[in-house]
Amino acid sequence: MSTRFTRTLRTPAGITVMIGGVVVLLATVFGPVLFGEAATARDIAGRQQGVSLEHPFGTDELGRDLLARVIVATRVSVLLTLGATGISVIGGVLVGIIAAVLPPVARRLVNALIDILLSFPWLLLALFFSVIWGTTATGAMLAVGFAGIPVFGRLVSTLASSVAGSDFVHAARILGSSPLRTSVRHVVPNILPPLLVNTASHASVTLLSFAALSFLGLGVQAPEYDWGRLLNEGARRIYVDPMAAMGPGIAIVLTGVVFSLLGALFSEKRSNRTLRALPRRSRAETRAIPTVPEAAPVVEAVDLRVSFRSEDGGLVERVHGVTLSVAPGEIVGIVGESGSGKSVTAMAAAGLLGPDSLVESDSLVFRGIDMTREPTSVEKRRLALEQAMIFQDPLSSLNPSLTVGRQLREVSEIHGRMSRSAAAARAIEALTLVRIPDAARRLRQLPHEFSGGMRQRAMIAMGLMGTPRLIIADEPTTALDVTVQRQVLRALRDAQRSTGAAILLISHDIALVSGFCDRVVVMRGGRIVEELAADRLDDARHPYTRGLIACVPDMGTDRDKPLPVIDAEPPSGREPGTSASTDPTAEHTEVVA
Amino acid sequence: MTIPPAPSPASVLASPTPVTPASGDRGDRLRQLVGSPRLAFVLRRLLRAVVSLVIVLIASFFLVHLVPGDPVRAALGPTVSPEAVEALRRELGLDLPLGQQFLDYLRGLVTGDLGVSVTSQRPVGATLAERLPTTLLLSVISFVVAALGAFPIGVATAVSSRSGRHRAADLGASGLLGVLIAVPNFLLAVLLISVFSVGLQAFPPAGWGQPSQVVLPVIALAVGPLAYLSRIVHVEMLRVLDEPYLTTARSKRLPNQILYVRHALPNIVAATLTAGGVVLVGLVAGTVLIETVFVIPGIGSTIVSSITAKDYPLIQGVVLVYAILVLAANLLIDLALAALDPRSAIAEA
Repeated sequence: MSTRFTRTLRTPAGITVMIGGVVVLLATVFGPVLFGEAATARDIAGRQQGVSLEHPFGTDELGRDLLARVIVATRVSVLLTLGATGISVIGGVLVGIIAAVLPPVARRLVNALIDILLSFPWLLLALFFSVIWGTTATGAMLAVGFAGIPVFGRLVSTLASSVAGSDFVHAARILGSSPLRTSVRHVVPNILPPLLVNTASHASVTLLSFAALSFLGLGVQAPEYDWGRLLNEGARRIYVDPMAAMGPGIAIVLTGVVFSLLGALFSEKRSNRTLRALPRRSRAETRAIPTVPEAAPVVEAVDLRVSFRSEDGGLVERVHGVTLSVAPGEIVGIVGESGSGKSVTAMAAAGLLGPDSLVESDSLVFRGIDMTREPTSVEKRRLALEQAMIFQDPLSSLNPSLTVGRQLREVSEIHGRMSRSAAAARAIEALTLVRIPDAARRLRQLPHEFSGGMRQRAMIAMGLMGTPRLIIADEPTTALDVTVQRQVLRALRDAQRSTGAAILLISHDIALVSGFCDRVVVMRGGRIVEELAADRLDDARHPYTRGLIACVPDMGTDRDKPLPVIDAEPPSGREPGTSASTDPTAEHTEVVA
Repeated sequence: MTIPPAPSPASVLASPTPVTPASGDRGDRLRQLVGSPRLAFVLRRLLRAVVSLVIVLIASFFLVHLVPGDPVRAALGPTVSPEAVEALRRELGLDLPLGQQFLDYLRGLVTGDLGVSVTSQRPVGATLAERLPTTLLLSVISFVVAALGAFPIGVATAVSSRSGRHRAADLGASGLLGVLIAVPNFLLAVLLISVFSVGLQAFPPAGWGQPSQVVLPVIALAVGPLAYLSRIVHVEMLRVLDEPYLTTARSKRLPNQILYVRHALPNIVAATLTAGGVVLVGLVAGTVLIETVFVIPGIGSTIVSSITAKDYPLIQGVVLVYAILVLAANLLIDLALAALDPRSAIAEA
């Protein structure tokens, strides 16, 4: 924990917070002592001066140095901010804890009231309260503080109710601890860290609220002054000297940034990392496969390697030189445990890996289309019509916002140049082929109105909208229960028979693959360990394949013995140059700048 | 590599998003009662708006009574005779029993009688009717600018940062958005005046009526929400671009504009609208500051001057109108959510 914290402090944000924090702290403590005299020394001759070396921010209408006044105002601004934040936090914690220990009906009422208060912006709440407590520094502090109570009330109430549902709080209650005592002893320490994060971020909001109130003339009143008051006075003479307004403005923004960075540091959230785009590469000099003989493989990959960018910016190779080809109409299964590189291989063959991947190969061709480079528009059209994809999770592979019909028609309308009605007629045919009844009505529905198995069959139907030569099915039945699995496999088989497309079926289930496929490719740790005909699985020589087969229980399995367990998977991803591996393929891993 | 990490939209959103643990079962019961989840959602939000309105009415009525000491004396100042204070108290109805006062207040509201301003002696209702359109116009223009700008900016930055081809530009854009979110609107207003009015003399620094007088206030009011909404769209787009259904869409080799507009945008509507609600409400409140800076005769500058003058009838009226504006904005967003979002937010709300 402490090491993580010191590491956080060394980031640019951490250094900014430390420097900014020290500056604000020094100005708060020593500002009035060091610059108080300069801030109050009147100089009638030198009033309303512009920017000069002597007065970097200029002087005000009484000739007082504005830079000194901005520094001196730090104390009032920061103390009022801390005071108001304190009121918000303490008030919010009290409200939240009271809500948490109330009986359910009362708790719901309090929560509803907090919700309603939260729907009003802080400025309106602060204005409302400042009517009550008057337009003074104290009144503004109370107003801004009270305006923040709902924020913390909601936070504490939510956190407390989540902690209150946990086992140790139940245990404490069973042991006879009173609700209030339970809250104080068990709930408060557990909600402290998120509370701290929000307090720091909220201090930034409070600072701005104060500045806004004083700027409106509803906060600190002359002769007292905070940054908002100085900004108000500066804005009035913006024609003479813009710096008079900008000076306090800069102080407000910088201090606000320090507070909000502090909150961000406490929470230390990882930002969305942006990755440099990685190219696809073919190691072959030129590729010329213009004609597609019917006997030529649908897909052919030679020495395919796929790397991904890792968290620390390096490259990790996940597929280490796979050579694979699928003949027209052939059903090929790729089996292997998770992380064996089987999905990555298939996605590379489909040209659908994201920008954080690097695909290298001696050759990667789909029906004459070089998949190692960006396809031309003609090639895109062919890929759209001739490739079909089915993914593991049918819940997320259909777009939840578009009707199933629209998603099915799309390829035919855009790439097949069909009219809408022709495409709709074809979609009905496709849905009927995968045995979805009442197809016309189903097409008008959104995916969430379909069951999981039906969605997967709709995905297969979507692939049938073109003229598929290859259907890539990536764990198509893993997320489904057994009876539904059979329906989906039957739909896949029907699709294959009616179109003559080849199928690349990826699965971890060797029993399923051997029953469905012509040929089985076994992958482990990013390379192919064995390739054999599906009906000759018993001849498997590689110990890993035999292990996979042995894991499948059948009627003859001795139920008194545990099922065999395969040894830990060899690491498929290898940091280039991390270890002197004896592996012969290690020499191929390379660092790409 | 030094980018000022602005407050992450997730954390900004985290606090105002109502996460009532208890609302789930209640919602289910209502849904069963009316049949459609969408109708249940709309009914629940309408109910909430009505309850909020009642609370707002009570709060604006009691505002005067909550002021410590004697509000009438405070309004008139220490030099006025006790007889005059008594006369005003009678005129405002503050000598009547509390229940009677509240009934009179409600009756006044129904008939459009919001009392008479202590300082200007004009009916509060007339002042509000005269000034409200200005504030509404300013808010609506600014919101439209923010919403229309946020979508292209958010989508473009998300697509660009996902492709990873323009790292420097991505970092620059993200940093700029962060700064724009962090700068408070009244400060931006002062900055705009000093650059465009004082420096370049391109736009007038104050007033309302001419089209040129609209430009700076709208920029000052819209830039922060625009940057914030852009950030939301950016984050949401990045999330959606990684969804499996977008891989499905990519496997169909659709043109980019169809990929982003048809397949990605509808799925960020719910989150963006929810954030848009927060923005719209904040924008309505922001008019208080912007109208004051640019001396615009709307209800925003009225609320400030009436609080300074302790003109309680006027304060009551403006507070009530602002609160109703906020409720209306929230309800509007909820209805838009019900109309546009096919399922997610409604099912969860």
